[in-house]
Amino acid sequence: MKTFAKRLLIAATAAALMAGAAHAHRAWILPSSTVVSGDKAWVTLDGAVSNNLFFPDHRPMQVEAISITAPDGSAIKPANATVGQYRTTFDLELKQKGTYRIAQANSGLNASWKEGTETKRWRGTMAEYVAQGIDKKPGVELTASSRRVETFVTNGAPTPLKPTGKGLELGGATHPNDLYSGEEIAFTLTDNGKPAANVEVTLIQGGDRYRDEPGELKLKTGADGTLKFTPEKAGMYWLEAEASGTTSMEGKQLKSQSTYVAVIEVLPG
Amino acid sequence: MRNVVMLAVPVAMAGVAQAGTLELSVEIPKLSVAEYHRPYIAIWIEDASGKVAANLSVWYDIDLKDQEGEKWLKDIRQWWRRTGRSLEMPMDGVSSPTKPPGKNSVKFDTAAGPIAKLAPGNYKIIVEASREVGGKEMVEIPFKWAPGAEATGSATGKEELGAVTLKLTK
Repeated sequence: MKTFAKRLLIAATAAALMAGAAHAHRAWILPSSTVVSGDKAWVTLDGAVSNNLFFPDHRPMQVEAISITAPDGSAIKPANATVGQYRTTFDLELKQKGTYRIAQANSGLNASWKEGTETKRWRGTMAEYVAQGIDKKPGVELTASSRRVETFVTNGAPTPLKPTGKGLELGGATHPNDLYSGEEIAFTLTDNGKPAANVEVTLIQGGDRYRDEPGELKLKTGADGTLKFTPEKAGMYWLEAEASGTTSMEGKQLKSQSTYVAVIEVLPG
Repeated sequence: MRNVVMLAVPVAMAGVAQAGTLELSVEIPKLSVAEYHRPYIAIWIEDASGKVAANLSVWYDIDLKDQEGEKWLKDIRQWWRRTGRSLEMPMDGVSSPTKPPGKNSVKFDTAAGPIAKLAPGNYKIIVEASREVGGKEMVEIPFKWAPGAEATGSATGKEELGAVTLKLTK
């Protein structure tokens, strides 16, 4: 099966890049509500890697890797965090009005080169890359990889997302907590802060366990990074994008590889 | 059953006002369900471009401790999206307790408050209901507004709202 093969391939490349993180299957952070009101607003969230969306059936997400950014930009610790067999659960009190960003993000440098017939791999920082002489290895290829799995929750009116400028990110005219069935969504994907052109995006509505067809929707960003689609049905959606290209770091040209996942809720329009 | 609620609306335009009344009757159906909670209801005026021109009423549990009732305001979904999420609740003259099944009548002074600020033109009154462990429903009544205008209109919901009637008198 094509899509299954493709997923395995992504897992195979990524697993070598990021030690410790679970990469196979689909990673997600699912909030109990994406839109809340009142002065005592809480949501509970699940973080997992699973086959079916959004049913935890494989691995929990590592809780230390989860970061929460409040509307004012401050970092908030997950409350009541528990790592279970299949999912990590944690709570968030939304004391501020605006949009909270809940993410598992990581990035790193990876190098590979050939020694005879053997492919050598290395992972570290730019300073180590030079200090260890990896940059002098014959035919070395350096890749900056980044990966972000996130979701958004808003108390009151949505506030604009502040881009981190690292890897693939979601932005654009439509706020991810302001989505309605039958209405066009206009996102913009950026890669390292620049429009991510012609990036393939996969969109799947949750509840695929109850469908014969997984219902994967393949989309592509335009030359300016825009991604436009009109969801027919309300529900929770899993959006994944992958981009590869080149970037420069400390005067060095290198390949870049970026993966992005967002869980977004489409409300009845 | 008939409950008449006269809302206090601050007089903003003393002197120039031409006293008039916008009266709305909102019927809440009596439902035979195992767990009944009175619906949360928002009433607002929308202009011809679909923007909220005036927030008239929001009926919710205003007396729960710690403003617990505000937790569910987002479930009056269209109202929340269009205006509620940008408001500071409770709102004087707008926040009001939930109402029992039956015909609930509310009156607004058209010479004061948000209605007095409306430019003459075509508008809609929108009533949206959302019931805990129940359904959601929205009805709308188009009307033409000008100071001193008279108009009547009605609409009927199917599940969460009964007859809604509008009477504009000078």
